[in-house]
Amino acid sequence: MTFLDPSHRQLPTGAAKLLHMNWALIVLLTAIAATGFMMLYSVADGSWDPWASRQMTRYGVGLAIMMIVGFIHIRFWRSVAPLAYIGGIVLLLFVEFFGSVGMGAQRWINLGFIQLQPSELMKVALVMALALYYDWLDPEKVSRPQWLILPIVLTLVPMALVLKQPDLGTAILLAAGAGVVMFMAGVSLWYFGTAIAAGVGLVTLVMKSRGTTWQILEGYQYKRIETFLDPSTDPLGSGYHITQSKIALGSGGLTGRGFMEGTQTRLNFLPEKHTDFIFTTLAEEFGFIGSISLLALYALVVVFALASAMRNRDRFGALLTTGIAATFFFFFAVNMAMVMGLIPVVGVPLPLVSYGGSAMLVLMAAFGLVQSAHIHRPR
Amino acid sequence: MMRKAPKSAQALVTRRGMLLMGGAVLAVGGLGARMRQLQVKEAATYRLLAEENRMNLRLIAPARGLVLDRNGRALAENRQNYRVVIVREQAGDVEVALDKLARLIRLTPERREKALKEINQRSAFVPVTVIEHLTWEEIARVAANAPALPGVLPEVGLTRHYPQMEATAHMVGYVGPVSDSDLEKQETPDPLLQIPDFQIGKTGVEVRLESDLRGAAGASQIEVNALGRVMRELNRREGTPGRDLALTLDADLQTYALKRMEGESASTVALDVRTGEILAAASAPSFDPNAFVLGIGFDDWNYLRDHPYRPLSNKAVSGAYPPGSTFKMVVAMAAMEAGMLSADETVWCPGHYQLGNRRFHCWRRGGHGHTNLRDSLKNSCDVYYYDVARRVGVDAISAMANKLGIGVKHDLPVPAITPGLTPTRAWKQRTYDEAWLVGDTLNSGIGQGFMLASPLQLALMTARIATGRAITPHLVRAVDGRPVEMGDDPELGVRPVALRLVRDGMYAVVNDRRGTGYRSRIADPDVKMAGKTGTSQVRIITPEERARGVFKNKDLPWNRRDHALFVCYAPYDAPRYAIATIVEHGGGGSVAAAPIARDVMMHALYGPTPPLQAYPPGEREEIERQRKEAPPPPRPEPVADPAPGPAARDRA
Repeated sequence: MTFLDPSHRQLPTGAAKLLHMNWALIVLLTAIAATGFMMLYSVADGSWDPWASRQMTRYGVGLAIMMIVGFIHIRFWRSVAPLAYIGGIVLLLFVEFFGSVGMGAQRWINLGFIQLQPSELMKVALVMALALYYDWLDPEKVSRPQWLILPIVLTLVPMALVLKQPDLGTAILLAAGAGVVMFMAGVSLWYFGTAIAAGVGLVTLVMKSRGTTWQILEGYQYKRIETFLDPSTDPLGSGYHITQSKIALGSGGLTGRGFMEGTQTRLNFLPEKHTDFIFTTLAEEFGFIGSISLLALYALVVVFALASAMRNRDRFGALLTTGIAATFFFFFAVNMAMVMGLIPVVGVPLPLVSYGGSAMLVLMAAFGLVQSAHIHRPR
Repeated sequence: MMRKAPKSAQALVTRRGMLLMGGAVLAVGGLGARMRQLQVKEAATYRLLAEENRMNLRLIAPARGLVLDRNGRALAENRQNYRVVIVREQAGDVEVALDKLARLIRLTPERREKALKEINQRSAFVPVTVIEHLTWEEIARVAANAPALPGVLPEVGLTRHYPQMEATAHMVGYVGPVSDSDLEKQETPDPLLQIPDFQIGKTGVEVRLESDLRGAAGASQIEVNALGRVMRELNRREGTPGRDLALTLDADLQTYALKRMEGESASTVALDVRTGEILAAASAPSFDPNAFVLGIGFDDWNYLRDHPYRPLSNKAVSGAYPPGSTFKMVVAMAAMEAGMLSADETVWCPGHYQLGNRRFHCWRRGGHGHTNLRDSLKNSCDVYYYDVARRVGVDAISAMANKLGIGVKHDLPVPAITPGLTPTRAWKQRTYDEAWLVGDTLNSGIGQGFMLASPLQLALMTARIATGRAITPHLVRAVDGRPVEMGDDPELGVRPVALRLVRDGMYAVVNDRRGTGYRSRIADPDVKMAGKTGTSQVRIITPEERARGVFKNKDLPWNRRDHALFVCYAPYDAPRYAIATIVEHGGGGSVAAAPIARDVMMHALYGPTPPLQAYPPGEREEIERQRKEAPPPPRPEPVADPAPGPAARDRA
């Protein structure tokens, strides 16, 4: 039976790996990044400086990193997973004590050539650690309570550190990424139902705590939630961002106002137009057609990654790919929902499009892991 | 070797993966639906909001309408206002720039401090006025040094200027910056008022005819960014300038009248009796309205406010004085209209009038003996009018006063017009809750007591007596070149004989050798003047004072002296002008007021240099000497296409 011949199922080696990469993903990611270059060029009033050119360089570097990471056997990445997790925690602790303060939060380590955000690394490291744990754990045991303790602790520790910075957005992304890995690993749906109920209860508690002695969130976070619920209460304060962002989006209409023609962008009505709110510029200048196309690109990335995970019989690779796809999904979904006024402004950039070095590099490295899992999947 | 997941686990992964994908697709669908809602369904709304965001209307101030006199001479005009503005972002170091500027023009430390403060408060790109009202030389120096002064810009705007200075200050008024109370007064304030440095009428015609003078704003539609910086102009619409107003005033006569009253607290109003046009309405002392436009200093303001002669008060229309003996014509006419008085009827004047145990004095202690109507006016006999007033009653007197324009608020476009006061029995009961007394009537009979009139009302009374028509006063002659309708006033409705007799009495006052105004007559055989003197008390003379004989005016402090009044019209047989003059606390009307009114009348009749023959022989030498010493300035250059002035017409 020649089709059962193991030689057919041999893993690619050397340059052959290039052929076995998930090219669809690479094409999609490049298309998204290219959209980003275009928008950065636009928000700089038609200039490659200061953002677009640097972003392109970083994407080039990121692509190289993805290749390198992808070429390295997934076995290696599984073996370094605990190390990555511990390293991530150490870096988070490091910024807690020595980090630079930017935008009111301690987030960065200045490495000279790059502003490193350990919370970015942590998202991948946590997914790696959880994938490793469930790969090791007998699938029969995943839903037993005692085997849930470790993954929950693994998740809560970095979450707590990130919340301390304070960075609510990243903390939510960490929890969401971890939750998806556990879901994929087969943890009973009852737990998720309970967790959601508990989450609703926690939110209620958090809101109730406002103004009391045991107030849980910072004042500015309450303010954001409040203005999210009714932006008109503070049109020139915290609500300004949401209102102007919605105006930009809506004024784009079906076909947009044309490249470099968005008045909201040109006249600086948009806040942080090159980072968190860059989607509004795209939506203003290219309209509904432009924004729905970008959304489709993002959705396809997730679909291709999940498809790769489902076909992968290596449990570590499958879980890792799922976790990274989920993190990526939450990234863009939260950002878009935020600028469209569906959820409060939490400070999550649009992956690959928003200007930002470490986020881009970490994301490309993560997709390197996805490629590695794809290339080295059992045949 | 890699551990492969068991089949069941693999199936679970597939199942859960499908669930995840389904969830992701749902979420993406939700995001897409939201995009559709914002960008397709509500796009029009948001497009509009975006346009509102970026568009801004910048108002362009229209040029304020001019105020001209009847001959086209400017009373209020717009002058170029040279100012220096500074733009922080272009200036670099603002302090250094101001230091450089201070070397070119006078920049007081206070001005500098104020400018610095404002510069630091405003955005870097907003021009801030450092100093304004510069001379042409100063602005030229700044302009010439422009290369050394980046961000310091010479600019030119418009500001109000009053070339007649003090002369028309009260009637024309002045403009000033918009105050908060100006804004509060209006329900929907004109957006123009928000323009920085915009000037708005504060007093006089400037405030009352603000709506004519202001004009309509132009607008420049501009695109602004989120900080308010102007990116470009999208559209521009020029405004409509304000309407030019030609007043009835004769700047020349007005200036002369004010000058003639120099040193007194006085007022003179001159009317054209045929049309009711106000040719002059001067209040002395006056003030320079330009000082208010430039921003009057605290000390100057306090001086004007606290001066006992009240320079800020428009006495011509706002001052209410007891008319005194100038009121006697009203009493006489009231009595004749009521059929209670005839020309030949005489009253015996022993120097006082006994009412019960109270004695009402005539100004002449020895009395006038038998007095008829003509003599009562000529000699200004008080007892005669006590008697007549008592017969006719106060209500009839006040009704006649109203008919002649006293106690009526005349509609002129200047603020604070007094209606004066014509008391009635009902009025006193209402106001003081006291019954009207016969003594009150006697006082009213000689224009004292409650009776009050403004110089304008007295001039109007004289004009109505002179013409027998219900003349209405006018201050505006034309708006934007279109004449205002006037004249054709109805008959007064007073029997001609009454008018004739009163006029005859007024003629005697000035032209009879023993008349109280004889010294202030016009000696021109062709032009005769009729008038009436008045001296109104501002205090009650106690019997003790009378006994001591100490009530000579010059012995009293200024503010307790009598007011001096004179009303007149001329020419007697074809009346043209009516004039009323009041000199506050000036003493006797024949001495203090009549000469002023006569000279203003002469100026109106003959122009600035009346012929010597028109003066009484005794005065001619003095006049000649004065003219040699200081020849009166030649009449100013006639302006293009002047309407003939009253004086010019009369000489023709």
